Amino acid sequence: MLDSTPAALHTGATPLLQTIGLTKRYGDFLANENLDIEIWPQQIHALLGENGAGKSTLVKTVYGLIQPSDGEMRWLGEKMVLSGPSEARARGIGMVFQHFSLFDNLTVAENVALGLAGKESFKDMSARLEQVSNVYGLPLDPRREVWQLSVGERQRIEIVRALMQNPKFLILDEPTAVLTPQEADQLFVVLERLKAEGRAILYISHKLEEVKRLCDTATILRGGKKVSTCNPRAETAASLARMMVGADIKQVKAPASRQTTVPRLVVNDLGLEPDDPHGVRLEHISFELKGGEILGIAGVAGNGQDELFAALSGERLAKDPGTVVIEGIAAGHLSITKRRKLGAAFVPEERLGHGTAPRMKLSENALLTGHAASGMVQHGFVNTAATLKTVDRATEAFDVRKAKRDPEAASLSGGNLQKFIVGREILRNPAVLVVSQPTWGVDAGAAAVIRQALLDLAAAGAAVLVTSQDLDELAEIADRIAVMFHGHLSEPLKTADASREKLGLLMGGSSLEPTEAAHAVGA
Amino acid sequence: MQLVLEKRAERSNTIALVSPLIAIGLTLVTMSILFAILGKNPVSALAAYFIAPLTDSYSLQEIAVKATPLVMIAIGLSLCYLANAWNIGAEGQFLIGAVAGSWLAVKTQGTGAGPWVLPVMLLLGAAAGALYALIPALCKVKFGASEILTSLMLVYVADLFLDYLVRGPWRDPAGFNFPTTAEFDPVATVPILIEGGRLHLGAIIALVVVAAGAVLLGKTIKGFEIRVVGAAPRAARFGGFNSNQLVLLTFAISGALAGMAGIIEVAGPVGHLQPGISPGYGFTAIIVAFLGRLNPVGILIAGLFLALTFIGGEQAQIAMKIPLDVTKVFQGILLFYVLACDSLILYRFRLIFASRQVA
Repeated sequence: MLDSTPAALHTGATPLLQTIGLTKRYGDFLANENLDIEIWPQQIHALLGENGAGKSTLVKTVYGLIQPSDGEMRWLGEKMVLSGPSEARARGIGMVFQHFSLFDNLTVAENVALGLAGKESFKDMSARLEQVSNVYGLPLDPRREVWQLSVGERQRIEIVRALMQNPKFLILDEPTAVLTPQEADQLFVVLERLKAEGRAILYISHKLEEVKRLCDTATILRGGKKVSTCNPRAETAASLARMMVGADIKQVKAPASRQTTVPRLVVNDLGLEPDDPHGVRLEHISFELKGGEILGIAGVAGNGQDELFAALSGERLAKDPGTVVIEGIAAGHLSITKRRKLGAAFVPEERLGHGTAPRMKLSENALLTGHAASGMVQHGFVNTAATLKTVDRATEAFDVRKAKRDPEAASLSGGNLQKFIVGREILRNPAVLVVSQPTWGVDAGAAAVIRQALLDLAAAGAAVLVTSQDLDELAEIADRIAVMFHGHLSEPLKTADASREKLGLLMGGSSLEPTEAAHAVGA
Repeated sequence: MQLVLEKRAERSNTIALVSPLIAIGLTLVTMSILFAILGKNPVSALAAYFIAPLTDSYSLQEIAVKATPLVMIAIGLSLCYLANAWNIGAEGQFLIGAVAGSWLAVKTQGTGAGPWVLPVMLLLGAAAGALYALIPALCKVKFGASEILTSLMLVYVADLFLDYLVRGPWRDPAGFNFPTTAEFDPVATVPILIEGGRLHLGAIIALVVVAAGAVLLGKTIKGFEIRVVGAAPRAARFGGFNSNQLVLLTFAISGALAGMAGIIEVAGPVGHLQPGISPGYGFTAIIVAFLGRLNPVGILIAGLFLALTFIGGEQAQIAMKIPLDVTKVFQGILLFYVLACDSLILYRFRLIFASRQVA
């Protein structure tokens, strides 16, 4: 099947896939508006855009998951109507989602078998799986259970599963978001090879350097509309960013001088059993964070960052009080409320449902974390004026855009809600701020505001711990960067010494050369 | 043409207020069809149900008497439901409260005890109801047992316990072997508000409970905790609120209110302890809580409306020979529509006319 002649995929002047005036409406909201896009064989076509620009809607339409409201799609020049993903697959359209659909307790081969149609026997399928994974340099052991595999390996399953259907057109949604730099390089080799075989690839990303390096064509979406189709290699990262955002992005300025003071957050040999059987166990985590300093924690998602956040915030308690020390006080056994009273503040990764109650007003969400340490509660009664004042102050200081004074949290855009959440915590003047994925899914303007706020907070003397999967973000704001892998935290490196290669090695679980490690510790 | 259920951008506050009325309207339509099938004139049947009871003072008082336990119980249940704790056993807590309070009435019978008896009875009823509700709450918190099942099953335990007491140890010796205690002494009886009427002090207590519920939910940090833990459990934990503690608290409050409603019912309108003191108040209060949108003032209105169906049902039985069980059918249909109409708060219907020809 795989050796079907790639040359047959070339069809001269007809694009493989063409969308004409493709539109998707949700109520009054236009997720995609009048999109004309052409996908040609033997090309890697980037789809660029900020969160909410309409990238996912477009690929879901092409993959048959949602029906367009207007416009049409043409496949090899003929009109195509898809009633579901199986029809898309039958035509040769494959997709690798950002969020994997794998069963943890099944083996690799079983997971692949579940996703394939046809009458092939399980044994034949397994053999073909091994063959495909070897041919493309995506090694997989079909007999291993998924929960034992790393995120990169899980992504391989998804890619191999898509390749086993010999697609003419493969869609990848932010594939490098979960990979180390080295793993990403390996993926690019695979993609180049698929391209050389004559397949078309639609590559969704917001990492501009990656797109410039890999892609032949780029289509940029903004607010559901197509801004441009261009050759990314002829553009600069800045010009691509300008097209994505529609404006110049403000540069974040690090303050000229920043004095580190006393240790404000100290973690001593912290260990934590996982909540669920496939969770990550935290082991021997130690670091010291001084006032005036930003420590970045890098790492592929799912290596214990969530568990570390829960242990630091007090959502999960440690047995030994001395494992977490906030402002010189052993706090490992203290509740989140008591830790807040010690001067700590927390911003979790998930905005809706964790950082805020989505269907409650902003003033109530200000009360959610402010009830312990400010004048919002008197003798058990809520001081509504004080909660509203917090909303107003956060709105003013962080330019939170909203339809009315006190709307529901869920009605704000991701960027504005994140600005509110970060603002809510910073206005409490925390001594220690622990923040997870501060700019995840946030528009570039809001991201700049938030990063600047974190820098300013550290400059004012607070200790800031930032967990992020975005190495560029950490390089921009952190003084030191440590890497989480399998529940262990590496020795922090000075940002200046933390090259992508070094961080990538640590993210993949390798240790640095002894000399380098010693250097980093001594630095 | 297609009918599509579409998510709204923000919850509609208008629909939140109107949806109970839509539900009532749909229930009335359904009931009319049902009456027609039973061979009754729907218009006069509905008039007997909903208009006739409002026309005389006796029925109006009776509506308030029936609404009293419904509202008290439903306020407590609304706290549980807001906190995502599903207390279905208010009927049992009601009965246990009645039993506990009656114990004092039976023990002090004929001893010439002072006016302290009734207040202590009320406290006993509330305490017993709270303790009884804490059984399923503790089972949930400690062992993860479904509080829906355990609280419901304890209803039958309470029912049979009451039955045993009035047939055995507490039976009135002069009661011709009927399963009932002796009539309570005046100091163990809830005072009547209107001379010669049936309206009693319990109605005032119910109003106080409504006001207290409104203050608790709207103005206090505890009320906020209750609402957050139900609406966004993870955010509540992030806020530092302990969901297990809130399960225990809301079950205790709701049990206490149901227990107090139980002893008020026995020491008020009934006057003695006997089986069948409740026509299912504890279950009907679930409908009241939801029809009232888990809001104290809404619950007061919904309680009066459901009380009307009890009185209307009796009147329709007398006037038109409509079976009394139709009242329960009515209440069931109403709950169904209330829950169904709630989806309109977050969603809306949209008619889509063919805009795209299928090839």
